[in-house]
Amino acid sequence: MSESIIPESELEEVELYHPKSWWTEKVFSQDAKLIAIQYGLTAFAIGFVALVLSWFMRIQIAFPEMAIISEGTYYQFITMHGMIMVVYLLTALFLGAFGNYMIPLMVGARDMVFPYLNMISYWTYLIAVLVLFVSFFTPGGPTGAGWTLYPPQAILGGTPGQETGIILMLVSLCIFIVGFTMGGLNYVITILQARTRGMTLMRMPLTIWGIFTATVLALFAFPALFVSAVMMLFDKLLMTSFFMPALVEFGENLTYGGGSPILFQHLFWFFGHPEVYIVALPAFGIVSDLISIHARKNIFGFRMMVWAIVGIGALSFIVWAHHMYVSGMNPYFGFFFATTTLIIAVPTALKVYNWILTLWKGNIHLTIPMLFCLGFIVTFLNGGLTGLFLGNVIVDVPLSDTYFVVAHFHMVMGIAPVLVILGAIYHWYPLITGKMMHDGMGRFHFWVTFVGSYLIYFPMHYLGFIGVPRRYYEMGQTEALYTSSAADLNVFITIAALAVGFAQLVFVFNVFWSAKNGEVAEKNPWKATSLEWRTPEQPPIHGNFGKELPVVYRWAYDYSVPGAEDDFIPQDVPNEKVTLAEGYSELGVEKT
Amino acid sequence: MTTTSKVPLKDGIEGFVSDWSSDQRAFKGVPWGKAMMWIFLLSDTFIFSIFLISYMTARWSTVEPWPNTSEVFALTVNGVSVPLLLIAIMTFILITSSGTMAMAVRSGYQKKRRQAAALLYLTAVLGLSFVGMQAFEWSKLIEEGIRPWDNPFGARQFGSIFFMVTGFHGFHVSVGVIFLFLIARKVQRGDYDTGRRGFFTWQKGRYEIIETMGLYWHFVDLVWVFIFAFFYLW
Repeated sequence: MSESIIPESELEEVELYHPKSWWTEKVFSQDAKLIAIQYGLTAFAIGFVALVLSWFMRIQIAFPEMAIISEGTYYQFITMHGMIMVVYLLTALFLGAFGNYMIPLMVGARDMVFPYLNMISYWTYLIAVLVLFVSFFTPGGPTGAGWTLYPPQAILGGTPGQETGIILMLVSLCIFIVGFTMGGLNYVITILQARTRGMTLMRMPLTIWGIFTATVLALFAFPALFVSAVMMLFDKLLMTSFFMPALVEFGENLTYGGGSPILFQHLFWFFGHPEVYIVALPAFGIVSDLISIHARKNIFGFRMMVWAIVGIGALSFIVWAHHMYVSGMNPYFGFFFATTTLIIAVPTALKVYNWILTLWKGNIHLTIPMLFCLGFIVTFLNGGLTGLFLGNVIVDVPLSDTYFVVAHFHMVMGIAPVLVILGAIYHWYPLITGKMMHDGMGRFHFWVTFVGSYLIYFPMHYLGFIGVPRRYYEMGQTEALYTSSAADLNVFITIAALAVGFAQLVFVFNVFWSAKNGEVAEKNPWKATSLEWRTPEQPPIHGNFGKELPVVYRWAYDYSVPGAEDDFIPQDVPNEKVTLAEGYSELGVEKT
Repeated sequence: MTTTSKVPLKDGIEGFVSDWSSDQRAFKGVPWGKAMMWIFLLSDTFIFSIFLISYMTARWSTVEPWPNTSEVFALTVNGVSVPLLLIAIMTFILITSSGTMAMAVRSGYQKKRRQAAALLYLTAVLGLSFVGMQAFEWSKLIEEGIRPWDNPFGARQFGSIFFMVTGFHGFHVSVGVIFLFLIARKVQRGDYDTGRRGFFTWQKGRYEIIETMGLYWHFVDLVWVFIFAFFYLW
């Protein structure tokens, strides 16, 4: 459990940057906590745009006769919704926001190791977001190539936004990757090289393990996107033919020739599949911590949880072509990638079992974060199981490009991580603002979001099975595929989607309302053990900890330890200082 | 019980894991900047690997013949066409600059300020001459009609991929040259002795930064060896 050997400090005390003006304190801040909030607010702002786009699409699908948006606009909205949600919201929120806030606090550091680089990372991200956003107002509008941006159609006439939208999208992605790399190096080095005394890697909370592994994945996966974005930019601007085969457009031979569109798909998914885990692994980590804290029980199988995270991360690099079963690649590839895909289910299932076993006989508090965690487990399980269908070549081929796929990935990497993000915000809000979020609004938000997203995505599996294709602006005169039950279901889904959307407005209102009017949070309101709650001030100030950095004596999961009076022992409390419960002579040993 | 802070060492995989996950730092005695550079270079390795893999794919997928590199990259001296002459000189210069860089690192750790600064300037100048010769090579190829979108000697992907990859490498060299000049100036001025703070970061630097810079420089050199082999010799 804990060894009371305190190692010598290997690191000198760092010299913090002290802001000299209002600008360097509040705007161009080098404090990871403020950078985290800047990241979070920017990500939520652009994510909200993507949410509104989805409302328009849903209304169009349910009521095609209204023709609320045109065909071109529909494709543009679908593209922007997907890209914003995956890259600019989820990646930025988990790594940029949670990473920046939690890493220094949870490993016991005063700040990130390179605060200046960290600041630049945020501003680069902001530029990427702005470049993307500007494409809504350019001639031709944003790109409508689908979030996968497959060439050759992505840069050819007939695709909406091929004038400037696609260029701005690719440029924005490149800027995003540059900005992320600066932040990502910070996260990795802070975790590897700047932990406090006693904080071995195996004593780190799983939140940090998740963020760490996801960052490493991102540093190795984003290069593929970067290179393919550069190459496609050249195809568009310099008329090179990296991805462009010889083509005829409107009876005219284009100047392209000899390129390989499949190469782009390979590169894109070499990034795209790890990206799923870049989003999922921090969610896994955070949810493990929240479950443990709110069930007052240590996480089941901590070391296995760590190895599962690392294993999933490593495997995620060799499964990418399961997104390409219908691309026309060699079928033997499909066999290999189906096998690796099913293998990756093993560590993932292990994690699900461990969450459930953590809950087993736990002292479960049905707080809002816990509700979100429970919602996550079922949603993730559901999305994971449909992944087994899609991971098998034979089952995937008929289901490919139907609503079954939409349902699968929204469940597994849309709703599931978002539930964790929301739960994590309710959990850490008292730390960040010093106030509690309003409970009633929070519970309303949870139930509408959770039940609502099931009502949205569960029927989509059915739509997929009867063969309704995805990405269609309207189904027109295709009664054979598009039965009246499918049309009615689409209306139902749209109503559910708008309700869920409304609940998010309540959440946003709650965030801002509680910051001002919320109940003042007591210190460490959830009685958690990890270091972020052990700062002298709450919310923590610049430099995080007081004069002395905390010394860590134990792992982050000492909940309900037999013999301790409280049901939790913080990481920086040595065995000698634990107040013993009545009838115990030491921890775990009853008086005889 | 003695008061030693040593935890008993474990054998095998367990020992491997506990070493890696040990207290405070995974890499003992490695400064933050150096560790960061290593991770960055790993990430950059992925970028260049993907560039090279794309190059190979392009070479396989194109239907037109690939130009004969020993003709395209030949230089005519006194009326005699010498294949790969310019590239040989460029490669020699870049590898030499790696040598002067390594010497600069040693001088830096020995706190020989002037010597370190001189070697850094020399490395930067060698790097600059490399970029200059690359510009010369580009202009020669462009004069002969090779463009990113066109190539009179065969497959058009030759021009596209050549300009893209050597351009990206040249960009790396140029960034390196800029930082070499900056660090050389700081060493010359004695910033790392007096503890003068950086203009942007407001942090004090140390002589270790020369080694970090060196890692980057050697990496750029190593990448060049691969580009040399794949573009000029294949």
